Amino acid sequence: MTKNNLNNYTLHLADNALIIGHRNSEWCGHGPVLEQDIAISNIALDCIGQARNFYQYAAQLSGNDTTEDSLAYLRDTVEFKNCLLVELPNGDWGQTILRQFFFSTYQYFLYQQLQNSSDEQLAAIAEKALKEVTYHLRWSSEWVIRLGDGTEESKKRMEHAVDELWSYTGELMRPANYELLAASEGYGVDLSAIKNKWEEKVKAVFEEATLSLPENAWMQSGGKEGRHTEHLGFVLAEMQFLQRAYPGAEW
Amino acid sequence: METLSKHINNDKPDSSEGVKRRVLEILETVSDPEVPVLSVIDLGIVRNIEVLPTPPLELVPPKREGWGVTVFVTPTYTGCPAIDVMKINIRMALLAEGFTDIKIIEVLSPAWTTDWISEHGKEKLKAYGIAPPQYRQAVCTPDSFQEEEAIQCPLCNSYHTRLVSQFGSTACKALYQCNDCKEPFDYFKCH
Repeated sequence: MTKNNLNNYTLHLADNALIIGHRNSEWCGHGPVLEQDIAISNIALDCIGQARNFYQYAAQLSGNDTTEDSLAYLRDTVEFKNCLLVELPNGDWGQTILRQFFFSTYQYFLYQQLQNSSDEQLAAIAEKALKEVTYHLRWSSEWVIRLGDGTEESKKRMEHAVDELWSYTGELMRPANYELLAASEGYGVDLSAIKNKWEEKVKAVFEEATLSLPENAWMQSGGKEGRHTEHLGFVLAEMQFLQRAYPGAEW
Repeated sequence: METLSKHINNDKPDSSEGVKRRVLEILETVSDPEVPVLSVIDLGIVRNIEVLPTPPLELVPPKREGWGVTVFVTPTYTGCPAIDVMKINIRMALLAEGFTDIKIIEVLSPAWTTDWISEHGKEKLKAYGIAPPQYRQAVCTPDSFQEEEAIQCPLCNSYHTRLVSQFGSTACKALYQCNDCKEPFDYFKCH
């Protein structure tokens, strides 16, 4: 097993969790109602917690002076391996909900498989996180249904969200080289095994939400290899500001 | 934690079993910062305690020199910040009782579950005004709009309650409201 590949794979899992966690945290204090503000902030906390577990492990694999903080706060956009979907701006509540639904569906099936990883630490992190992701998936599915099958206005907004986000979903299940290698070496998930499950779940929820699946099959990609949208730079500028301006600052 | 107490049931204070028992007693005084009625033992996050005789350190005048302690803890929720505070407080409590060689190791697997909250802990939760997790595990599944199990109001004991949100003031709680006494309350959700 190549240690460098395990490290890249772990960083990819960490970056996905951190960036969606950060995006969700932007809602804190701005949610449409108090209960949902608390819900999205809880989900943000869960995701950032997952990211910490993966970063701690990646730091251990890297050795030297690497820490979970240096991985989160001192790498630049080209080094981030997250999918494009998670870095997209929040948009309105409907768009945030739909992004969370697409991503939680992916994470749910991914972590189900990752629990069987030959790497004990990845398996342990997945086993633990799966319980929380189940809540995220249920919550986001319910909101997609409420808004999709809701008022004229909410439906219009969900349709707009689908148009905005759909072309970013293909990358979730399109493996980068380190994912292919990770799967062949037994510690990573074979994404072709979860692709159908993802599509079935999305189809079922969309039907209940009276939303139609886009026919457009052209998909964006590149995030997993460090080719990001311009949005990630703005996320990092805000998230990393303190460590860049005051290196080594601690609470 | 019943199993842990069972293993540590020897009265000889100088034996490793006696030291473990003492450590367990100390840990029973360390509380969860978010739910202060629960100790870390009630909460079920202490998974194991190991003690090992070590050569006494001459420079330190301890009451209990010669015993190294390793405490294995597991976080409740992945992102819950309380685990860091609990680890610090466990260390402080052991230091205060004269232990100097302390290791606290975080383990993730098997994942924590609300089944590990002691019966005593569940009673304390209810008395504190938080509905304890259901006895029969009702773990969340991804299916939407499931029928919720009736949760008993910790204040008036009515089962006539409703879920307000699956997410509450901390990662481990859901928000409920009682339809009879009208009080909102926290439910320590099954996990």
